[in-house]
Amino acid sequence: MTVFAAADQPTLEDFGNDVWWIVLIKIVGIFGVLVLMTLFAIVFERKVVARMQQRIGPNRVGPRGYLQSLADGLKLAFKEDIMPALADKPVYFLAPVIATIPAFLAFSVIPLGPTVSIFGERTPLQLVDSPIGVLIVLAASAMGVYGIVLGGWASGSTYPLLGSLRSAAQMISYEIAMGLSIVAVFLYAGSMSTSEIVAAQADGTELSFFGLEFTGPSWYAVLLPVSFVIYVIAVVGETNRAPFDLPEAESELVGGFHTEYSSLKFALFFLAEYINIVTVSALAATLFLGGWRAPWPISIWDGANTGWWPLLWFFAKVVVALFFFVWLRGTLPRLRYDQFMRFGWKVLVPVGLVWILVVATLRAVARESDLDAGQVAVFVGVPIALVLLGGLLLASRMRNRDTRVAAREAAAGGPAPAEPQVLDPQGRDRASGGFPVPPMDLVVPPSPRLRRRESVGAGTVVGTGRRSSSTTPEETDDV
Amino acid sequence: MSVLAMGVVAAAADTGVVIGTGETIVFWVLAPVALAGALGMVLSKNAVHSALWLVLTMLSLGVFYVVQEAPFLGAAQIIVYTGAIMILFLFVLMLVGRESSDSVVETLRGQRVAAIVLGIGFAGLVGAGIARATEELPVVGLTAVQGTVGGPAAGNVEAIAAVLYGRFVLAFEVTGALLIVAAVGALLLTHAEREPGTQRSQKERSRARFLTDRPQTLPGPGVYARANSIAAPGRLPDGSPAPSSFATGVEPVRVDELPRTGSVGAEREGLPHAGGTDAALGTTTPGTTREGGPA
Repeated sequence: MTVFAAADQPTLEDFGNDVWWIVLIKIVGIFGVLVLMTLFAIVFERKVVARMQQRIGPNRVGPRGYLQSLADGLKLAFKEDIMPALADKPVYFLAPVIATIPAFLAFSVIPLGPTVSIFGERTPLQLVDSPIGVLIVLAASAMGVYGIVLGGWASGSTYPLLGSLRSAAQMISYEIAMGLSIVAVFLYAGSMSTSEIVAAQADGTELSFFGLEFTGPSWYAVLLPVSFVIYVIAVVGETNRAPFDLPEAESELVGGFHTEYSSLKFALFFLAEYINIVTVSALAATLFLGGWRAPWPISIWDGANTGWWPLLWFFAKVVVALFFFVWLRGTLPRLRYDQFMRFGWKVLVPVGLVWILVVATLRAVARESDLDAGQVAVFVGVPIALVLLGGLLLASRMRNRDTRVAAREAAAGGPAPAEPQVLDPQGRDRASGGFPVPPMDLVVPPSPRLRRRESVGAGTVVGTGRRSSSTTPEETDDV
Repeated sequence: MSVLAMGVVAAAADTGVVIGTGETIVFWVLAPVALAGALGMVLSKNAVHSALWLVLTMLSLGVFYVVQEAPFLGAAQIIVYTGAIMILFLFVLMLVGRESSDSVVETLRGQRVAAIVLGIGFAGLVGAGIARATEELPVVGLTAVQGTVGGPAAGNVEAIAAVLYGRFVLAFEVTGALLIVAAVGALLLTHAEREPGTQRSQKERSRARFLTDRPQTLPGPGVYARANSIAAPGRLPDGSPAPSSFATGVEPVRVDELPRTGSVGAEREGLPHAGGTDAALGTTTPGTTREGGPA
């Protein structure tokens, strides 16, 4: 491992020497950043997806609607906490906690910036690092699966169980693809520690094209494009986001594993999900997009990678990754379960394995013939990757050719869209084609807590939305 | 496992290796936790709870590894064993459903006592064996074996890599081959051979299905979200079990559910669902509701 002598680049020895109050500041800071990023990500997602759907999105609470998720979060905390009668109580209670804690833990190894000065103490902007840094993120995400799986099982209900089974299978399958995609980065960086991977992406290779000297790309997203693509696809599956949101597919499973959850327990699941998205975005920035180092036009400025500035570049990269998540959700329909599994096992995993083989071969060749690894990657690896990606694209287009041709024919000779049918909202019954109106006889059932103290016998009308055949006369004439 | 860890600590203390305060604290906190996990795993009646206790033990072991300067082993323990293998275990347990849990009646007389005695005996045997075997070993310290970060051998990960891909590369490859053969063999045994081209497309199967009496899918066990066991059959609208939903190989059983179909709700006076689901949904009139369970 080449140790980069840059002044602000922390190495592994710089960790574990902090004063206790610096550690405390970092812990509280990371906790705050994650909670704030969650609040921001929810509003951001709602606003961006609204723009994509020609809507405005949340615009009522706070300046330009940016406090909407804060209001929602507060509301969620005051909702009634429901414990299903068939729930396995201890596991039901533990599941959201198990989902949330690893989500927070995973972020502790993400490098947010170089060595800075906090109240006179020189310290790296990263809580911990270890020789196995990235594996800690993988371990945390493996633990997070338990929260989802147990939550679904402990609810004692069918939809959550199906959702949790799906998510268990999905997260295990896509974790393999994700791990394989990261291996190539380890091979190139020569380390599994996050800060050293960022350091390894500091300097681009010197290239010369026909006498023109320039610095080649140093980001692993460019040097290892196949890994990057696999990583991006795999983490979308890993975080249960659209188009891979099968564990909580609304149209099939109501809410999936968290159907029976309410109030703060649900809020914890929600928090964990968004923190996981932020974490994988941050990990993508760290492993593939140069970490906290400034992107090219800015990096010409000497001060770009010193002091507190890198925080800005880092979070800009994270927000770009978040935008990509939202973009996917706004664009792609959900996959069918068998398609999804086939894609994971028969496309992502084999491609990942072959790519590792290619990368390892390139590394070995570069070492044997004393070539610079970066040059080999740029001149051999990138073309191979482009050919591979192009081939995949062609193959998928060939496979869908029949469907595309049929769709084009249908579009060319299809029938004109029918006039929209307008229903008379008033006067006609719902059964004979009138506009659907909600039933007018809904009565709020008495609170079960009230009944414990005084016996209320009047809870016979049930708000099911359907008229019982035993309704009283005054209820039947307000149709 | 904890017995072993304790033995190792004791052995280390004898030979004069200094154990840091942090490591001591972690050991005395996590060793009881790991032991409680192991006991809980054996003593739980519910299979899923057993699996969870085991997860607790495995996590504690992972932390032990990390604390004892083997971070890679700890991460592998957590990712592979806790993260993948136990999840697969849970997956199977959940598929079977929790209402169809095992009977706890002893079929072999005296099995439990024998198991306890043999278990303690085995643990004692292994513990004593390892203690005797490692008694005379000289302690060289970690740095001599794997070096430190920035030192001659660059730490735990590099040391493991050198040993695994150098000295033990043949054993490593053979183990890999064994695992692959096992996986492929399992696939081969469960895979039904089909002539290529004989598999019907989804469209063909859909057409064929619509030519039968039942174009819709078979009712799944435990539909209507009343139970999540494969032993619980689906229900017909009158509350009787649907024979087409019986799972093969499992005896259909009535599971505890809420509210009971067909119950008049006399025992739950005043509840919102008094009168059972049927009254709540209006599927039968209260006057004709039968007493007792479905026919």
